[in-house]
Amino acid sequence: MTFALSDERERTLQEILSRYPTKMAATIPFLHLCQEQHGWVSDEICEYVAKRLDLSAAHVKGVATFYSLFNKEPVGKHQVWVCRTLPCALAGAENVLKHCEKRLGIHAGETTRDGKVTLRTAECLASCGSGPMMQVDRDYYENLTLAEVDKILDRVTR
Amino acid sequence: MLQRTSYLTKRYGDSDGHTLAVYERDGGYQQAKRALQMDRAALIDEMKAANIRGRGGAGFPMGVKWSFMPWPPKPEKPHYLVINADEGEPGTFKDRTIMEKNPHSIVEGCIIGCFGIGAHAAYIYVRDELHLAKARLWEAIAEAKKKGYLGDKPFGIDYPVEVYVHTGAGAYICGEETSLLNSLEGKRGEPRLKPPFPAQAGAFGMPSTVNNLETIAIVPTALAMGGDNFSKLSAIHNLKDGGARLFGVSGHVNKPGIYECAVGLTLRELIYDLGGGVKGGELLAVIPGGSSCPILRAEEIVKAPDPKSPLHPYDGKSVLDVPLGVDTFRSLGTMLGTCCAIVLSDLADPVLAFHNLLQFYRHESCGQCTPCREGSAWLFRILDRIVQGEAEVAELDRLSEIASNIMGNTICAFGEGTAMPTLGFLLKFRRELEEFIVTKGKSGTRRLAL
Ligand SMILES: Cc1cc2nc3c(=O)[nH]c(=O)nc-3n(C[C@H](O)[C@H](O)[C@H](O)COP(=O)(O)O)c2cc1C
Ligand code: FES
Repeated sequence: MTFALSDERERTLQEILSRYPTKMAATIPFLHLCQEQHGWVSDEICEYVAKRLDLSAAHVKGVATFYSLFNKEPVGKHQVWVCRTLPCALAGAENVLKHCEKRLGIHAGETTRDGKVTLRTAECLASCGSGPMMQVDRDYYENLTLAEVDKILDRVTR
Repeated sequence: MLQRTSYLTKRYGDSDGHTLAVYERDGGYQQAKRALQMDRAALIDEMKAANIRGRGGAGFPMGVKWSFMPWPPKPEKPHYLVINADEGEPGTFKDRTIMEKNPHSIVEGCIIGCFGIGAHAAYIYVRDELHLAKARLWEAIAEAKKKGYLGDKPFGIDYPVEVYVHTGAGAYICGEETSLLNSLEGKRGEPRLKPPFPAQAGAFGMPSTVNNLETIAIVPTALAMGGDNFSKLSAIHNLKDGGARLFGVSGHVNKPGIYECAVGLTLRELIYDLGGGVKGGELLAVIPGGSSCPILRAEEIVKAPDPKSPLHPYDGKSVLDVPLGVDTFRSLGTMLGTCCAIVLSDLADPVLAFHNLLQFYRHESCGQCTPCREGSAWLFRILDRIVQGEAEVAELDRLSEIASNIMGNTICAFGEGTAMPTLGFLLKFRRELEEFIVTKGKSGTRRLAL
């Protein structure tokens, strides 16, 4: 199967292109669109983006590999990030992470066998006054207790 | 001096506080309309008089930065305003609140800023994780556009302005302004050599100004009050550190959060009066403005016998009683940074805190400069061995040697941002570090969370 953006995302791409004086500037938003659709950024996607923006595939791959939010391989259906940086650590982030690891039976950086959840640590997510916190897909969950973590994990592992 | 203000935060509690209707009810967009009819030089003078010190970390005077833009703009070299909302500095969570709860102040600030620097487009660079913040900004832009406040003729005035949101993809380094520019251009977020500075060759190679998000959001307030009146809100207006700003506090306090106050607030007021006091135990230390600022111990006393020092009025007092200002905190040997403090109680282990931060820097070094890439990894490895009980006391000197070799030897200030807190921990917590090493961790509390 060859990769192509869905019609709706194609319209978004056209709008994105209109914001910048260069095509290259659309690289990151374009990669986000592709990842939204495909779940991760494959070599094929890098080539596709490069072709559409008149760039070299090497440039696009260089960009994709620089940024931690572009997945370089398939990930779980849900993505969970536990912030580990100092303010959250002072508020109990380590317990939250350990709890997630135990409940999911995986270490940070891994995906559950059923492909439902990828667990990762994150560096400071600009939520330091409401730690411990985690990001699940696009949402922030703050001032977490382990009971709340359980509820969230129940939902994503369902 | 504790003086709460509510210029940016007035509508934070309202569920519709982020909408145009509510913003306009309080006089919103009047200043943008006024600015577009002002003389550019007069606008810059107001901004200089407001003494707004950049809120992104370095504390550079905003009005002065605007005045660095080449003038008049050349048609073949369009100017750009770039707003830094990457908010990645550990401990910093202030810009996010403005984007989520008062996005129109940003859009209005961008209109004024574009006019001030001769730009017709502003890009707000938001870290990708902040999905609500991005959505609120796009909504605000759409609302303003619909009302005719943006576009070809804002308020019917012939000065086109467009505002766009651009997202990163997870990289702390993209908060560094030249890295951010590369990222905006669709490249790897590696910092650029300076010069040329952004005012000469910034976004897309064109003259650009990079302002922090809070810096631009306070512009309408400063203009409404008049630069001088705004500046005088501050208790250290005499140090050209004016106005009001957002103060954050996190870590071991009872009421962590963001508090808006006149400049001049002290750490004691931030921790005890606003932050509700230390949670569990007594105050051990505080990192004043984001993790790159060297740590201060609670018992430190100001030594400033020189009458010319900005610290002289506080000579002999506790560091906790010094107003949080750009120059005052620089003179203390640390930095004001983003003005968001991280508080450590004496029940927490400073060695583990040090370890935690070095893990951050190792992870976030972009790898472009060898001293930073290798140095940040070596620093972390040594700290890791200390924490595992495998290191020797002599290795503490190696830490300071490595840190000193990073300082000044990198393209961007990430190097200093790693080295300075490292040297700070070594200086302030030498005894604890030595004890931790000798006892293989048994002397420490072995915990960060209470
Ligand atoms: C490693 C590093 C990270 C930075 N991160 C941010 C950031 O997240 N947000 C920000 O506004 N400034 C950040 N800065 C500072 C910017 O380079 C720049 O000074 C600032 O955006 C200028 O705006 P201001 O003058 O309004 O403060 C960072 C600097 C460095 C060296
Ligand atoms: S440290 Fe976790 S959000 Fe800042």
